[in-house]
Amino acid sequence: MAGKTITRADLSEAIYREVGLSRNESAALVEMVLGEITNALSKGQPVKISSFGSFSVREKAQRVGRNLKTGEAVPILPRRVLVFRASHVLKGQVNDAGSKAQTES
Amino acid sequence: MTKSQLIQVLANSNPHLFQRDVERIVNTIFDEIAKALEAGDRVEMRGFGTFSLRRRAARTGRNPRTGDAVSVPEKSLPFFKTGKELREKLNTH
Repeated sequence: MAGKTITRADLSEAIYREVGLSRNESAALVEMVLGEITNALSKGQPVKISSFGSFSVREKAQRVGRNLKTGEAVPILPRRVLVFRASHVLKGQVNDAGSKAQTES
Repeated sequence: MTKSQLIQVLANSNPHLFQRDVERIVNTIFDEIAKALEAGDRVEMRGFGTFSLRRRAARTGRNPRTGDAVSVPEKSLPFFKTGKELREKLNTH
């Protein structure tokens, strides 16, 4: 199992390499892309990235939760959560890798 | 919002960049994330969220039409966990 973690820095490095913008500008663009996605989602709009996947916002109703320590009932307020659904392309990509990793281990 | 709309918005706010470069930038980001997942790595963007793989064990499924038992092999699914900041932004009406 590979256990590396890719971060923003790696994404901006890839832009620097692929597109040839300065490192600073590459980093700024990663921020802008994430910012625009955040923006759309916080307005409740879904974001669909073809051949990657889609992000959508789901409304959760209020429900009764419980404080596990004291056992008392606490209301969990209605809230919005984000759901990501991977596209078939991405699912396929990941599974070719998954079966390989399985045979390697 | 679709990917092409995202590209359009970014192109408008970055008039010094060619549209085709903006396109490459957006594609590069998603390609890198996909490549990382393909390699079994995770992608963590603080404040936004983390992409990782979740394993699904092999199971015996059924053909819904015939009812025959079929074995479904183990597989991995991409999973996204929303970051704290993004989660908070979703809930500031």
